[in-house]
Amino acid sequence: MKRGTILLVILVLLLAACAPAAETESPPVQETPQVENGGERRTLTVMTHDSFAASEEVLQAFEEEHNVDVQILTAGDAGSALNRAILSRGNPLADVFYGVDNSFLSRALDEGIFEPYESPLLADIPDEFELDPTHHALPVDFGDVCFNYDKAYFEEAGLEPPQHIEDLVREEYRSLTVVENPATSSPGLSFLLATIGHFGEDGYLEYWQGLVENDLLVVNDWETAYYGEFTRAGGSRPVVLSYATSPPAEVIFAEQPMDEPPTGVITADGSCFRQVEFVGILEGTQNRDLAERWVDFMLSPTFQEDIPLQMFVIPVNENAELSGVFAEFLITAENPAEVSPEEISANREAWIQAWTDTVLR
Amino acid sequence: MDRHGAALEVRPEAASSLRSRLGSGLGALLWVLPLAFLLVFYFYPLATILQVSFSRGAAGWAAPFIEALSSASIRSVLWFTIWQAAVSTALTLLVGLPGAYLLARYDFPGKSFLQALTGIPFVMPTLVVAAAFNALLGPRGWVNGLLVEVFNLQQPPIQFVNTLGAILLAHVFYNTTIVLRMVGDFWAHIDPRLAQAAQVLGASRLQTLRHVVLPLIMPAVAASALLVFIFDFTSFGVILVLGGPRFATLEVEIYRQTVSLFNLPLAAALSIIQLLTTLALTVLYTWLNRRLSTPLNLRPRTYTQARLVSWRSKLFAAVVLGLLLALTVLPLAGLAARSVTHFEPPQRGESGGFAGFTLNYYRELGVNRQSSIFYVPPARAISISLGYAGLTVLLALLIGLPASWALARDPADSRSAAARINRLLDPVLMLPLGTSAVTLGLGFLIALDEPPLDLRASPLLVPLAHTLVAFPFVVRSLTPALRSIRPRLRQAAAVMGATPLQVLRHIDLPLVGRALIVAATFAFTISLGEFGATSLISRPEYPTVPVAIYRLISRPGALNYGQALALSTLLMSITAAGMLFIERFRVADIGEF
Repeated sequence: MKRGTILLVILVLLLAACAPAAETESPPVQETPQVENGGERRTLTVMTHDSFAASEEVLQAFEEEHNVDVQILTAGDAGSALNRAILSRGNPLADVFYGVDNSFLSRALDEGIFEPYESPLLADIPDEFELDPTHHALPVDFGDVCFNYDKAYFEEAGLEPPQHIEDLVREEYRSLTVVENPATSSPGLSFLLATIGHFGEDGYLEYWQGLVENDLLVVNDWETAYYGEFTRAGGSRPVVLSYATSPPAEVIFAEQPMDEPPTGVITADGSCFRQVEFVGILEGTQNRDLAERWVDFMLSPTFQEDIPLQMFVIPVNENAELSGVFAEFLITAENPAEVSPEEISANREAWIQAWTDTVLR
Repeated sequence: MDRHGAALEVRPEAASSLRSRLGSGLGALLWVLPLAFLLVFYFYPLATILQVSFSRGAAGWAAPFIEALSSASIRSVLWFTIWQAAVSTALTLLVGLPGAYLLARYDFPGKSFLQALTGIPFVMPTLVVAAAFNALLGPRGWVNGLLVEVFNLQQPPIQFVNTLGAILLAHVFYNTTIVLRMVGDFWAHIDPRLAQAAQVLGASRLQTLRHVVLPLIMPAVAASALLVFIFDFTSFGVILVLGGPRFATLEVEIYRQTVSLFNLPLAAALSIIQLLTTLALTVLYTWLNRRLSTPLNLRPRTYTQARLVSWRSKLFAAVVLGLLLALTVLPLAGLAARSVTHFEPPQRGESGGFAGFTLNYYRELGVNRQSSIFYVPPARAISISLGYAGLTVLLALLIGLPASWALARDPADSRSAAARINRLLDPVLMLPLGTSAVTLGLGFLIALDEPPLDLRASPLLVPLAHTLVAFPFVVRSLTPALRSIRPRLRQAAAVMGATPLQVLRHIDLPLVGRALIVAATFAFTISLGEFGATSLISRPEYPTVPVAIYRLISRPGALNYGQALALSTLLMSITAAGMLFIERFRVADIGEF
């Protein structure tokens, strides 16, 4: 009994510590929908991956304007969520699917899960993002997978940080790099694609061979790389494969306020791979009108400007303005390496196998 | 006990015919609920996903199996899966059995606390455990730091991440509690006079262990070894995160084929291979177990346990406790300490390091900084997790009790219908544990999609899925205890006019009170810690604590990482508190009726 009580007290104290301080209190979560203002309130279901997030007020504005409850369904990571959408095609649970990226785009289009919709807002989105000319899948955001480096490490070591991925095979950067496995990790696959786009199908394995000889470390997931092996987190590798948005995120989620990001990004031509995420209306939806409004909403500046702080990716709409740390510190790649969705779909397995044979064996 | 035996001998035939009539009728009845549950929530979703997967292949059902078995890389995955599980299980027994003996035979202060502590690893998310081990054994961990300092080395001597050693150590870390609980509790009720008698008769310690003690505890050892093996065999997170890219189990390969390559026919074939291996193993276990189980006179704990008096027993206790604490508690303690520690990252010109204690991470958990729709305060995530866990305990006991009871009432006549049903169903009960979470999760989502079972968007899916995993644990914890009850006790009660329900209420239940606690604890911890299936089927508004931890740790920033550790520490405390709470619910210990 006594031990139980002590434990309980500790627990209560810890939970009490979690209570928000008065000045930072957030608005209470809206638990019940507002009073219906004429007409029947409908429900729109959006299926997505578990990284989806949005601001309360942004979503509420949409719900109020269209007298609709938006239900968000997630199903694991991007690949798992897409599988779910494909396998429930005959009896779709949702009206809209968001979160298929260019590495999975061909799978989604080949399976025919989307209905085409040419949103008027596509006019505000640069053509480079419109990878599906049939408008089944519409671009929403992008994220550049690039190397981050620990500024303090290089300063202390008196070493110039690497400028290009080609630098990483050089002797002075020996044993400094950690990447994710393309077979199990989305940024891992993106970097493999970057090397294929940059060095070509004939040259990328030679580059990887060089990385291996320079004592490259490969781990299976981003979390292990970033929070386990990266020097910032107490690991031994000052160069880590992450995103171009990670440095601004470091500023937002810093323990102590900081003037500038503690990490830098390697964005030289051909060093990054651009992940574009798409939204589409699911084939067979009963709420086509609402689904169209939702797609327009996702492409509109209101939602687009909410994207960076919620999901740490970058809006595609030219009219969406970046604010705060993103406006100040975000550096994206001018010329990311390119591989088309069709090529990715056709060669994914072979490329991963070739990579495995070169790097892991 | 002999009084009951004497009563029986008056009319042996009448008693046995009454028993067999009652036995088979009741036996069949007991199976109704568990089977209905398994049919709807296991076999139906599994069959659906397998059927859908195979129908996507162009070349029929056999082709993916041929593809799987003719591929050298998949054969080596299968082989690795089996042998790493075997080695992990052996190591877990090696660590767990002395601990089980200590817990069974000695009474010492802080015992239930120790048991709760050693149970915590079971619920910890792999990503967090990896962080904990890294803090200890990583290139800049304490151990390496200490060794470099003491021996003046150039390089950290211990290479931990991405090694086989990391996989084995993590498996022992996670699963030792299974051996401690299952074997420890069973052992505690075995009459110590049997071993004492052997020694009086001149047997050496080793001989006593081999010929008396081991045979007696074998049913519990086998049951726990089976569970540990299946857990290691289907290991996913540990292999992925700690083993690194050079190691893959079948479960990892299934995930890869499903999600990354979308080769569903091959994934389905691999799932079936994994299932069949589990089934074969369980059949072997069932067959062995029928030879091993003997009815015993179970004794109350107060009767079997001694205090640590002799220097020999004290030394033993110190060594075993030291090992258990170092293995299971030390990494977690490091994690908890890190969650209240503020580190200064290296800044210009000065190296970083310890910069004081802080409750910042805990405070930050209560702030919805991004005003996100899916933000969930920690108290709410904890309530959601506890709610799911409570439901899981109820459901798992509700279907687990009748199933284990039916198994334990195995009639003496092995050709009777009831015995046949039991032989058939016993191994089947273990299948959910051997099923790939990726496969079953998808199965849930695409099978339970029409009224009256349109559960695709229901929060109920989570406790249902957890119950599937917990159910085999409940059965394996309860059955050895129920089987060890002398049939003559039940017979005697029946002869004296007790209805089967009364027999259950007054004979079986008091005798298995302790095993019920073990079963409930397993169900509780399994539900608190499950991540694989939960991440697929849970609603974003109702995240469990592990799902909330994952959300935090998958974003960059020191504050996110700190919060993940803080929430993990809360999860540890909740788990320990929950286990101590369940302990208090002793229905009745043996001998207390």
